[in-house]
Amino acid sequence: MAADLLHVTLLSMFVSVSATLLASAMAVPLGTIMGLREFRGKEVVRTVTYTLYGFPPVVAGLLIYLMLSRQGPLGSLNLLFTPTAMILAQMVLVFPIVTGLTMSSVSEVAKDVKETAMTLGADRWQTAKTVLNEARIGVISAVMVGFGRAIAEVGAVIIVGGNIKWHTRVLTTAIVLETRRGNFEYALVLGVVLLSVALMVFLVLKRYQDKGIRI
Amino acid sequence: MKGEDLCKSFEDEVILDDLSISVCHGELLAIIGPSGVGKTTLLRILNGLLPPDRGKVWLMDEVLKFENDSDLEARRKMALLSQEPFPLSKTVWDNVAYPLRLRDEDEVEERVTDALEHVNLLEMADRMANNLSSGELQRMAFARATVFEPKVLLLDEFTAHLDPYNITVLEDAVEWYVDEKNAAVVMVTHNLFQAKRISHTTALLLEKQIVERGKTEKIFEEPEDDRTQGFVNGEMVF
Repeated sequence: MAADLLHVTLLSMFVSVSATLLASAMAVPLGTIMGLREFRGKEVVRTVTYTLYGFPPVVAGLLIYLMLSRQGPLGSLNLLFTPTAMILAQMVLVFPIVTGLTMSSVSEVAKDVKETAMTLGADRWQTAKTVLNEARIGVISAVMVGFGRAIAEVGAVIIVGGNIKWHTRVLTTAIVLETRRGNFEYALVLGVVLLSVALMVFLVLKRYQDKGIRI
Repeated sequence: MKGEDLCKSFEDEVILDDLSISVCHGELLAIIGPSGVGKTTLLRILNGLLPPDRGKVWLMDEVLKFENDSDLEARRKMALLSQEPFPLSKTVWDNVAYPLRLRDEDEVEERVTDALEHVNLLEMADRMANNLSSGELQRMAFARATVFEPKVLLLDEFTAHLDPYNITVLEDAVEWYVDEKNAAVVMVTHNLFQAKRISHTTALLLEKQIVERGKTEKIFEEPEDDRTQGFVNGEMVF
């Protein structure tokens, strides 16, 4: 049982941390650009992004399933029922959250910081870096919320992962299984481990929130 | 620095109309005028932050293009100190070092120390800038704006709402900077006493134009234009 617990815990962390990092690597720059720039249709993009916060996980799972299934456009990659498919499904859920919250945080400080940086001689990249640093509390909170969404997610990963023991079973899908089996004590233990994992990752992210980046 | 035939409108309201102005090395020019007349707009155009609808801004031999990084070299030769400066969420020391780090310059420690000493802030170097009082913050912002020794310093109501001690420290620092660095300073103010105290030349901005410009004593004591006479005497001139 201990080996099983360790495996699902490590796989949960691997899948959710990977999904959060990969989605954030695209969402933070995109959210920063969207927060800094004024462009036609910005309000529409903002509304669509905010709407996608509530994207149903089972729908995300279904879409990824259809793409990765044998008849789907990416069927030849044989990714269905693998941790990679689970990462992809979680990325779909994390991406709009991190993009939208980054955009809001950057928009909030953008005008003052951008002007201050520019009048002191910053080029475009230095300005963006300064704005991002000033918005870091909000941006890192965005990543935290994204990770929270990923680690707690069950609907999408059960569809594209299949909850296969030693292969794609993670903490949330294991809790569902153990509850169905009536093993409530073990399900509760898994729940406590899930919360501890989330707490650990939040503490690591909070350090960056407090420290900032040096420019 | 020279602004030539500058025009600027916001929506349908014309703010500046064919306005020309210049300032030389070692000159402290005060631009006076009633609130809302376009003084801040003029400074933002001169600083490259706001493109004029028409006209040109020259900094030495360069014409500002008002496009992203194309004006970077010119912008790095000037600084703008606003009425409410924004403190980066760093210590006072790091705020003042920030423009030097942007330029990868040497002797950061020595230059930041000097800049902070001139505004009596060295003992607060390790404090977080967002915990400073408004006077301390403005002094830090002055150190931050001058640490890289800009050739042109633009001051926008830089002592508004400050107490007499902070006003004195900042005015002394501005006078020292003009003399010591032979810089050109454009100071926008509606505080006529301040213009009288520290500026070499004064220009009155009224009705979208510079109405009159000359040596400060002359503008305040023997102005040629009736509107200038009225404004310096505290009359309604618009």
